[in-house]
Order: sequence, then C-alpha cells, then structure tokens
Amino acid sequence: MSPAEKAQGARTIRNAWLLSAPALILLTVAAAGPLLIVLVYSFLLKGQYGNVEWGFSLDGWRGILFTKDIFDDTMVLADAHLTIFWRSVKLSILTTLITFVVGFPTAWFIATRPPKARALWLFLITIPFWTNLLIRTYAINEVLRKEGLVNAVLLKLGVIEVPLDMLYGPFAIFVGMTYVYLPLMVLPLFAAIDRFDMRLLEAGYDLYASRLQVLRRVILPIVKPGIVAGSILVFVPSLGAYVTPRVLGGGKQMMIGNFIELQFGQGRNWPLGSALSMALLVVVMVALLIYVRFANRENAHG
Amino acid sequence: MARQSFSAVRLPGFTTTAVLVFLALYVPIFTLVAYSFNASQSVAVWGGFSLDWYAKAWANTQVKEATLRSLLIAVSASAIATAAATMAALGTTRRKAFRGQTFIYVMINQPLMVPEIVTAVALLIFFAAIKVATGYQGLGYLILAHSAFCIPFAYLPIRARLEGMDLSLETAAADLYATPWQTFRRVTLPLLGPGIIAGAMLAFVISLDDVVITEFVKSGGQDTLPTYMLGQMRRQLTPEINAISTMLLMLTVAILTAFFLLTRKND
Amino acid sequence: MSQSASPAPTPAEPGRLAIEARNVVKAFGQGEGEVRALNDVSVEIRQGEFFTLLGPSGCGKTTLLRLIAGFEMPTDGTILLDGQDITYLPPNKRPVNTVFQSYALFPHLTVAQNVAFGLQMQGKPAAEVKETTARMLALVKLDAMATRKTSQLSGGQQQRVALARALAPKPKVLLLDEPLSALDLKLRKEMQVELKRLQHETGITFIFVTHDQEEALTMSDRIGVMSAGKLQQVGTPREIYTRPVNRFVASFIGDTNFLTGSSAPGGVRLPSGALIEAAVTRPGAVTLAVRPEHVRIEAADSPGAMPATVKGAVYFGTDMNYQLALADGSEIEACVVSGVTGEMALNPGEKVGIRFAPGAVQVLED
Repeated sequence: MSPAEKAQGARTIRNAWLLSAPALILLTVAAAGPLLIVLVYSFLLKGQYGNVEWGFSLDGWRGILFTKDIFDDTMVLADAHLTIFWRSVKLSILTTLITFVVGFPTAWFIATRPPKARALWLFLITIPFWTNLLIRTYAINEVLRKEGLVNAVLLKLGVIEVPLDMLYGPFAIFVGMTYVYLPLMVLPLFAAIDRFDMRLLEAGYDLYASRLQVLRRVILPIVKPGIVAGSILVFVPSLGAYVTPRVLGGGKQMMIGNFIELQFGQGRNWPLGSALSMALLVVVMVALLIYVRFANRENAHG
Repeated sequence: MARQSFSAVRLPGFTTTAVLVFLALYVPIFTLVAYSFNASQSVAVWGGFSLDWYAKAWANTQVKEATLRSLLIAVSASAIATAAATMAALGTTRRKAFRGQTFIYVMINQPLMVPEIVTAVALLIFFAAIKVATGYQGLGYLILAHSAFCIPFAYLPIRARLEGMDLSLETAAADLYATPWQTFRRVTLPLLGPGIIAGAMLAFVISLDDVVITEFVKSGGQDTLPTYMLGQMRRQLTPEINAISTMLLMLTVAILTAFFLLTRKND
Repeated sequence: MSQSASPAPTPAEPGRLAIEARNVVKAFGQGEGEVRALNDVSVEIRQGEFFTLLGPSGCGKTTLLRLIAGFEMPTDGTILLDGQDITYLPPNKRPVNTVFQSYALFPHLTVAQNVAFGLQMQGKPAAEVKETTARMLALVKLDAMATRKTSQLSGGQQQRVALARALAPKPKVLLLDEPLSALDLKLRKEMQVELKRLQHETGITFIFVTHDQEEALTMSDRIGVMSAGKLQQVGTPREIYTRPVNRFVASFIGDTNFLTGSSAPGGVRLPSGALIEAAVTRPGAVTLAVRPEHVRIEAADSPGAMPATVKGAVYFGTDMNYQLALADGSEIEACVVSGVTGEMALNPGEKVGIRFAPGAVQVLED
C-alpha cells in the first residue's frame, strides 16, 4: 500500500470511531459500564442498611445456593432460592414451548398470505409487540381475574359454577408471559418461513410425502434458524422477567427478576442481588453464544 | 360438494390456530379498552358506557405530571439516541471491516442482550453513588438511561436504510464538486431521512413504554406514566388505569401506523 | 464553494495531453491475498479525443477510470491532468466528471436539480446555473422533463440526464463507465450516435470504458485494450484490428486464425511446409494471426496456394464461414461473402487451395 492509501485507510477507521464515539460513551456510562460495578459489588460485604461495605467476600455468590441454618450457623442449601430458580426456568421453558407451538402456525399463516395482506397481518403482530408490556400484562389480568372475561364466558356456558381462581400464581405468570412474548417468537419464524421456497413443498408431495412428513422432513429442518432465534428471543426475557411475575404472580410467586429486586429492597443484601444479576447475565450470555454458534454454522452450510 | 383443489402451502389446523392466536392477542386489549368506558366504580361490574374515568384521569395531577414527565423523557431520550445512532450508523456501515468493529456492534446492541432487570440494578447502584457524590437528583439520570437503551432501536432502521443506499450516489456528488460535508448535507441526509424518522419513532415508543429501568432509576416523585400505573396496580384497581392504558395504547398505535406507512412508501 | 474546482475550461488543443498515467499500480488486499487490478499501466490520452478502454470484466479498466476520477488512490504511480499532478487530489477538486454505469442519479432531486447539482457545488451564480442547466437539458433533448423525478424516466432518458449532469460543469475530461450496458440494442445504437455528437459539439475529452469490441471500434478515436491489469495495445480502431500485437488483442477483437511456425529466411515456415511471407525479426517459434475474411479460397491446383480440405460450413447471412484443414491437420477458418442464393459453394470433403491476402498476416509478439 502506498502512504496515501494507508493514510486514507487510517482516516476512515478514525472516522468510524469518532462517529461511533457518542453512542459508545452513552452506552458505556449508562448501560455497559455499570455492569462492571455490579460485578465488583457481588464480591463485597453486605451493608447493614442496604448498600455494601468495602471488603472482599464470597458471601454474595455463596448466598445464591446456600443459606445459614437458623439454628447452628452451618451452610445449608437454600430451598427457597432453588424453588425460585426452578420456577423461573420451568416457566421460561414452558413459555418458549407454547409460543412455538402456537406461533409457528401463525407465522406460517402470515407468510402464505398474498403480499398486500401479509403486510397487514404482520402489522397486526407488531402492534402488540410494541405496545407497553405493562399494559399487555394488565390486559391479561383483566381477562383472568375472578370477574374477568374467561370466567364470565365459562359461567355463561355452564362449564363451571364457581368462578375459577386463576390469578396470582405460576399459571397466571405463564399465561401472561406467553401472551407478551408471543410476537418475539412469531417474527423470526415469519422471517425464516418468508425465505422458504414454497416449491419445495410441491417437490415433497410429488415424492409421496404426506402433509405431516413434509412438515417434519422438509419445512422444519429448513426454518430451523428461525426456530432457534425465536426460542432465544422468548427464553431470554422470560428468564429475566420482572413486570409480568410482579403483576400476575401476586408478590409471593417470585421469579429471578423479582428475587433480585428484593435483595435491593427489603432484603437489603446488595452483594447477593449483584451476584444473582451476574449469574443471570452469564446464563443469558451462554444462551446467546449458543445461538451465535448455531447461526454461524447454518450460514457456513448455506 | 365443491371440490377443493390441492394446495401445497396448506397445513392442517394452521389457519385455525393462527386465527385463534390473533383473537387471543387482541381480545385482552379490547377488553381493557372496553372497561375504560365502564361507568361502574369497580373494574368488576359493567355499569354502562361512560367517559368518567378519562375525566378522572385527566383531573388527576399525578397522572398529568407523570404524562408530561414521560413525554419529556421520551422526546429528549429519542432525540439524543437518534443523533448518536445516526452517527454510529454512518461510522459503521458501508466500509471495509476494521478492528474493533465487532466491539462497536456488541456495544450498540448490548441493551438488547442484557436482561433489563440486570441493567436496572446496575444503574440503581451506579446512579445512587453519583447522587450521593453530586447531590443532583433531577431527571438527567432517567434521560441518560433511556438514551442509552434506545440507541439500538434507533440504530437498526437507520443502518438498514444506509445499507440499502446506492454508494455511487455519494461518489457522484463528490465527482460533481461537492465537499464531504456538502455530500452529507445534500445527498446522504435527505436520502437517510425516512430511516432517521423511523429510528426516532421506535426510540420514542421504547422510551415511553419502559417500566423496569425507570422504576429502579427514578428518584422520589419522578414517576412516569408506566411506573405510576405499576404503583397503582398494587392498590385497589379502578377503570382509571384502563383509561390511562387506552390513551397510551392509542399513542403507540398512532406512531406505529405512521412508521408502517412511512417505511412502506419507501420500499 | 468553488475554490480550485474546475478552472475555466481551456479549449481542447489536439496533440496536447489531457490525461497521462505513469506506471500506475493499484493493488487490493495485502500479502498473500494481494491482487493487482492495475500492474504498471502507462497511457497518454490526448485532448479532445474519444478514447476507449476496452477489455473483459476484471481487466482493470474501471479501476483505471476510478483512479482518474479520484474515487480511489493508486498504490504507486502518477496521474497527470493537463500536465498537473492530480494523483492524490480528491474527486470534488478535479475538473473531471463521470457518467456512472448505474447512472447514480439522485432519487430525491428532479431532473433539472440533478443537472444543476455540480454547478451549485461549484458555487456558480443562480442565473448561470439556471441558464447552463436549461442549455444542457436542451443538448440532451430533455427540456420537457425538467421537473420530473428521475424515477419516472425510462432507461434511455436517465442515461441522458446522467450525461447532461456530468457535462454541465464543463469538465476537462468526461469519464464514461460502461454507460450503455443497461440499454437494449436499439437504444444503445442511438446513444452511440448521440455520444459521438455530444463529444463533437462540446469538444471535451471522453474516456469511455466498455467490454463491447464493436462499440469500441465504431466510436473511438483511439482504443486502449486491457487485460489482466495491463495495457496490451493502444491504437486507432484500424490499427487494433489489423495490426494486433499479441494473441489477446487478436482474439478479443474479431475472429482470428492463429498459425504457429518457425522463423525462416524470407518469412515463416508452417509445419505443412508452406512459407508465409512476413517480416520476422527474431528466430525460433513464431505465431501468426490472420483474419478469416483475409483467407482466400481458390481452386486446388491454383499455383502457390496451400492445399486444404473443406471440413464444414456455417451460414451467417451476409457471410459464409468455412472450416478448412491444412495438410498437417491444423484448422483454419475462412469467411466469404454469401452469394445471392445463399447456397454453399463448397461441400465438405472438397479439396481447395488457400492463400492469404497480401499484408494480411500479422506476426504476434507472443
């Protein structure tokens, strides 16, 4: 390279950094940077009235799984914590599964509409996606509560005689999360199906495959990247959900997100809250890495 | 019976499921909207049509202040985020790969990857320390936090627009004696316009809707509309919440419709 | 803001150089992956001429054009405009304009605004901008379309806008990057005539890039044939066609018969034993090029003719192509103007004699 070419190359790279600088500074100050503080706090001593005291300690991390026995100060497994983790994971997996089962036909339906109608159906999926999460969660509250729509309809039909108590528990959280995260499953599935060459279906049927066989042997393998993307997009926010379990779980049925908040509120255990946050972050990053690996492999094949 | 021709794209039960899904998506929202017109004192009983709850919400100074605060934050944050995102998009697209490019991408998309609760906690800790150190308690923290997490939402449509833009247009401008600044001002920016507007609208909606981070960052008396509603949901529920929700919903739908029309016209 | 942009155009002086490229190298990539798009290219382009860079895709012709326009910098070498070094001058400071292959018309501006753009950037007074724009639109016969958006125009009209826009600032050199490749055949023929007319009327030096040999032959004053990052030959269309210097030029432009033989006193001795008269300067193996239309078919017993056998014939309308085999088995093609009835005069298997038109044999460098 000539000096002039080198200078030009260096200039474009410098411009790239200069132009990105405001965004990078904002994100460092008000998003990424503070995460490091959380990491540091997770290794500090707990303060008496919240906050932390300077001094290295692994109590925060140990506290994720263990708790001091009330009687003899020995460390025992913290059953309450494990219950919360298990509930979070279980509900997140369940939410991911159900959103896929109902989301796939929906995405397929949208992708097979004529182009004009397709844009409209897609728009109908995106409206709930952009609508305030709190409002959507509250809308589920409206439907599930004792005097809500579901009970009203079931009573009228004579299916039940006493209103069902559906609110404030894992079931309500599960329904709420399925409802709020469904568009996150449908959109990537749609993107994958939209790229799918529909002539392959005719080829499949031509070669004696049944509808179910075409679905299993042709469609699903090809749209797999969309399935993985949708699953990650639903699983990750489900695991860290805060608003939905708070509004529909009724305070007692916590998920990890609420448990973290508790440590910074009444729990007054900032190191534990910080350690929990970091642990959650690690789990999410692992999920994302698996996704990136998978996506890259798919690309390499295609 | 009329014979139905074989359709390769049809799969059994798919259309039914899809229709049910769309119903399930919209019935709760419509129920919520319907109850905002409920004359009854309680959310439980339907007492006829009325606009009382809208009047009540409107008369509620807490609601009014929260609304203004929400709008102020959303306008400031989306403006800042869009400006930063536009610059970043100009810096990172349409050039050869360079060292650190991945780092910039990861940083910009970081708010999409980290669970909101984790960022909220981090900002709570960080801003608490700054509040103690500086004594400043104002809305700046919220605007700063919102600006940061709105960046990826503003960045995506702007970047998409830039990547779809013919590079030779700017080359042509330079060929026709335009300085780099003139090229940007007269060619790049006008062509980028719809992308920037789309990015700003998404950032605005995202900021307006945020609950978790706002809940953790706000100081006393800094409720936004969503955090005010979250607070109210702990208490006795009245259709006032429905009325506020409906108004917020309408605003979101209006912006999204504009976004939809804007991006479609330019396809 | 005009500053140094486009000094008053000097009238073209035939003989003086408009563009001079000296030992230009352009490499992309580094180390093992380095690709030389241009490998030591030197060329002189005269003022007022229609110069064509001809070559297959990837030969480096567009890269050379982009270096002259200033969109890229050479890895090595110098580019002069009117005797001044412009190698590292940014494109907005060079009095050189480009007609892009994709036209690159600004979609947010009208036809007139597109044409006015360069003039405005040069800081010309509004009245002059208006006057020149109108004149340019008239020149390309688009006066009626001034207020249209460019997306409402046909391909041919867009092409004219691109031309008017590039000509409006009166550049010293106009660069045209395969501007006709997107047009259909009929429109392309029209635009070829139009381009020649515009060049004649404006007197501006045109540097035209194409991969179409016919286009190059019909339009150019001179042609530079490029291949693999090197300039293979520069000359008038006639020189290029009749006196190709090497195999590449001979085969890229028109159809050619290649004959290999060895240097002998008085000419070249073919494997069949025949001696072809040619001026040979070096000993050893020699390649000769002969155009099919310069191969004459005569009677088998014609004195001095090489004996050959007809292998096959293809009818092309105006011409008839015969495949012939020489005594040693090497094949040769002859092109003959079709008779009135279009019937084959010769049948496969027939014995004939062939002779090359005087002066038609070209000794190649490689």
